Parts: sequence; C-alpha cells; structure tokens
Amino acid sequence: MEAIPVSWYLMLSAFMFAMGVTGVVIRRNPIVIFMCIELMLNAANLAFLAFARQQAQLGAQVAGQVYTILVMAVAAAEVAIGLGIIVAIYRLRDTINVDEMNLLKF
Amino acid sequence: MLAQILFWLMALVIVVTSIGVVAVRNPVRSALNLVANFFALAVLYLLLYAQFVAVVQIIVYAGAIMVLFLFTIMLLNLGAPSEMVERYEWKRPVTVGLALLFVIVLSGGVFARLGQAQPAPDDIGTVQMVGKYLFTDWVYPFELTSVLLLIAIVGAIVMAKRRF
Amino acid sequence: MRRVDALLNNPWVVIPLRILIVIGFILTLVPGLVWLERRVLALMQIRKGPNRVGPAGLLQPVADGIKLFFKEDVVPERVDRFIYFLAPAGFLIPVLIAPAIIPWGPNDRLTPIADVNIGILFLLAMTSLTVYGIVLAGWSSNNKYSLLGGLRASAQTISYELAMGLSIISVVLLTGSLSMRDMVLNQQGSLGMLNWHVFRFFPLGLIATGIFLVAMLAETNRAPFDLPEAESELIAGYHTEYSSMKFAMFFMGEYASMITISAVMVTLFFGGWLPPLPFAPFTWVPGPIWFLLKLGVFIYFFIWVRATLPRLRYDMLMKLGWLRLLPTALVNLFLVAIIVWWQK
Repeated sequence: MEAIPVSWYLMLSAFMFAMGVTGVVIRRNPIVIFMCIELMLNAANLAFLAFARQQAQLGAQVAGQVYTILVMAVAAAEVAIGLGIIVAIYRLRDTINVDEMNLLKF
Repeated sequence: MLAQILFWLMALVIVVTSIGVVAVRNPVRSALNLVANFFALAVLYLLLYAQFVAVVQIIVYAGAIMVLFLFTIMLLNLGAPSEMVERYEWKRPVTVGLALLFVIVLSGGVFARLGQAQPAPDDIGTVQMVGKYLFTDWVYPFELTSVLLLIAIVGAIVMAKRRF
Repeated sequence: MRRVDALLNNPWVVIPLRILIVIGFILTLVPGLVWLERRVLALMQIRKGPNRVGPAGLLQPVADGIKLFFKEDVVPERVDRFIYFLAPAGFLIPVLIAPAIIPWGPNDRLTPIADVNIGILFLLAMTSLTVYGIVLAGWSSNNKYSLLGGLRASAQTISYELAMGLSIISVVLLTGSLSMRDMVLNQQGSLGMLNWHVFRFFPLGLIATGIFLVAMLAETNRAPFDLPEAESELIAGYHTEYSSMKFAMFFMGEYASMITISAVMVTLFFGGWLPPLPFAPFTWVPGPIWFLLKLGVFIYFFIWVRATLPRLRYDMLMKLGWLRLLPTALVNLFLVAIIVWWQK
C-alpha cells in the first residue's frame, strides 16, 4: 500500500475542507451548515492520518491516529449540543433560517 | 493495484458526495450524501493503516452522529426545501471560486512537494497499539475528553427540558 | 488435485467462495426460520401451525416467498422515490455483511471471512447501520405512522446498543483482544464448559450474558421489544407502505440479523465452536456442528420468548434500556475490570 503518495490524500482533504467552507457560507439551513462543519472536521481527520504516515517515529505515527479519535469525540459532543441549540431555537422562533437569527436577545 | 483502484474509487465518491452535501436542496439527501462520504473516508482510513480509526468512524460518525442529524431533520420536518431563500446572490459564485482557488493553490504549492510515506510496522493501526499510546502518552487528553463528553450530555439534557 | 489446491490457496478465489457460502447459508436458514417460528409458536399456543403445504408444513416458506414475489408492488404516490427504494437495501446490506467476522470453526479454511483485529467492533458498526434502513423507510413513506414507527425503532436500537456494547467490553477485558477468533480461543481450557465466558467470575459473566441477551432481543426488534412493528399498534410501523419484495427484504433482514446476533452471542459467551467437555467423545464431533447446535438453542430462545412474554410499552422499554440495563452493565464492567486487574 505504499503505492499511493501521501500528497493525494492531502489534496482530497483540502478539497473536502474547501467544500465544507463553501457550504457554511452558502447554505441558509443551520442543520446543513452543521453538516458542512462535520465535513471540515473529517477533512482535518484525513489530513491528520495522512501526515501521520509521514512521521519518522512510531510514537508520532500513532499520535496521528490518537488525534483523530480525540477529534471524533469532540465532534460528537459538539453535535449533541449544537443540535440541541437548533431544536431550542426552533421551538422559540418556529423558523430556523439563519438569516433571521439576527438579534442578540429575543 | 487493489489499493490504487480502491483509492481512486473512494476519492471519486468523496468528491461527488462533498459537492452533494453542499449543493443538494433537500436536507435529508444532504445528510445521506454525508453518510456516503463517511463510508468512503472509512475505506481511505483503512488504506492508511488506521483500522481502529476506520471502524470508530463508522460507529461514531456514520452510525451515531448522522443518525442524530437525521432525527433532528425529521422531527423538525425540515424536508421542505423551499423554505430557505438566499438573500445575497453574489455569494455563491464568489465562494465557490475562492474555495477552488484555495484547493488549487494548496495542492499545487504545498502538498505536491511533500515526501513519501515512511515505513511503518504492520500492526500500527491495531487497537493494541492505539490503546497503548492512548493510555500512556495521551492519557491526559483522553480523560479531558471524557469530561467534555459529560459536559455535553448534561448540556444537551438541560437544553432539551421544557421547564427548569 | 494440485490445481484445486492451488486454486484454494488463491485469496481471490477463497474469499468470494467463503462469502458465497456464508451468505448462502444464512439466506437458506431464513426460510427454515420462518417455518420454525410459525410451527413452534403455534405448538406453544396449543394449535398446529402450518401443516398443509408439504410434509409438516415445510414448504410453507416457499409458498410465502412465491406469494410475496407475485404480489402487486404498490408504491404510494408522494414518497421520496430514491430513499423509498434505498431503505430496504439499506437495512438488508449491513445485516448480510455482519456475519463476515464470525468464526464457524477452528480450521483456517472455515474461520471467519475476515478475522480482523477489530472483530467485535465490526459487528457494532453494522448494527448501527441497520438503523438507517429503518429510519429512512419510516421517513420516505410519507405516512405519519411509518415515521413514528421508524423513529421509535431506531431510538430503541441506539439505546440498547449501549448496553450491548458495555457487555461486549466485559468480554473484551476477559480476552484481551477484540478479535473474534481470540475470544473463542480464550474459552478453551481443561474445564470445558466452565471456561466459557458465561461462567467466568461467577456471577459477573452471567450478568453480562443476561444483558447481552436482552439487548439482543431489543436490537433485532423482536418480541417483547417489537412495538415498532407490532401489527396491532402502529399498523405495521416503518414497513407499512412496503409491499412484495421490498417487504420481503425487511422480513429477511430481521431473521438474518437474528441468526447473526445469535451467532455472536454463541461466540462471545458460550464457547463458539468448542465442545462442552474437551475430551472424547465430545471432540469427535467437529467444531462447526457444535456451533450450529448452540446457534439453534438461541434461535429457539428467540421464538420461545416471543411466545411467552407480553410486549413492552415503549416508555417501559426505554426505561429498561437506560435506567436498568445501562447502570447494571457499567457496574458489571467495573467489577470485571477490577478482578482482571487483580489477577495480573
């Protein structure tokens, strides 16, 4: 499996990240924005693992995988809270169009 | 050779589904695109010698987080795609253009010049290896993560209650 | 013979062959299970069950299959067509992939299709994925009862996944590895049956087995946890709007997941392909036969429980999963961890 250069994984990761950013800017539905944030986090995971293949020491190589697992745990926590916030806002305002959330205090 | 075929196939799936997440109107279809994306990523993690991370990706991301997304979309009945109307129309082409510029500059300028993968022992992605490092060198972030998850649980429950 | 030998050593031939055998085996067991369930359920309810179609009603599943195949395929008008057609496949495919890790016997040719290092986690992953089929089926049917049934079924599945996972981790602690083959090998020993994980550290192994048993019933949406698909409650829950072969896929998927999860129970707790006592004449019977016998016991258990226990109301079901099973599994895991650490 040495046949695939690491840089291709990184280009893929950059593409996913760019798509995630595009989604966050373009879309109006906060759930879809959240999904694009998850896309960005996954792009970062892929980059971690790709760079981990380039390290010289074993400890650093496994560290890449440990980072990935920690990022997944953080993403899970963030999704739980974020979706709770979205549901709470929906209960209050009955709309979740991001453009309408323009008041600091309702 | 199998690795090459698998890589190109999964890369194609990732590219198509990433664009799908952003471009598709219906949020449920967007979520399904993201699930497919996570599957292809799990296969890529396998190609990168990270078996444990790949299966955790499927269990946590594709199996739990995306199910949570689907639940929220279905419960709030956000399947109707016509609710969200963009206010500033010039945002779209500008953003897409800048994003593509980012990818091209980064890939061409930086990533294409990186070195080859280093040799690694065969069992580098196994549970034993990851677990050994997780509990020795990285035990502090590990424990902090568990506290973080506890905070998330408490926070989600507090937000979901109707009356305090 | 040498050519056959060379062919059998080529992984491109062996692995597809193993896959075909395992999937073929499971899909062949499914009609047998349909017949077994209807017959055993009937006999337990003091009636006869199917006994007209072929000897002792053995061709009843064939008749059922033919009926389902020829039924009119009704697709409701305003469903989300892509997801509607995707959902049954989304349910059946993870169910059929899951048996890849199960070790059927000791010989290397018979062992799992893939003895991966992360064995049991693969099963947890595939179980998580069956939730998609259910949720998407409920959503795309454009029917509020289906949606409710789908959401309830998936909430039930993900709740009991936790308790199942924790009881699996107790076994992982005992074994020191996630690989399924190692788990069976860890249950070998001179004491025979007493070495099986169900009897280790009495009563902790028994509690872990009990938790896995209950979670097993809940994961496959089987009675007494079958509220999401009960006929008298929500019409038919998430597969209300499905007819003919798409319904057959849900049907088959449920029975196939029953078989797979019984096989996992046998491997993790009851010794897999090991004989009850490690000397002759028990060792004359080959490993896979013991495996199938134990598998039969658990499949019978599924049917037995369905005939015996009443259905749990949904809030009682959730309360059981979260308030009773989860703390019990946690305490059990804690105690097993202490004992394993103390023994080292």
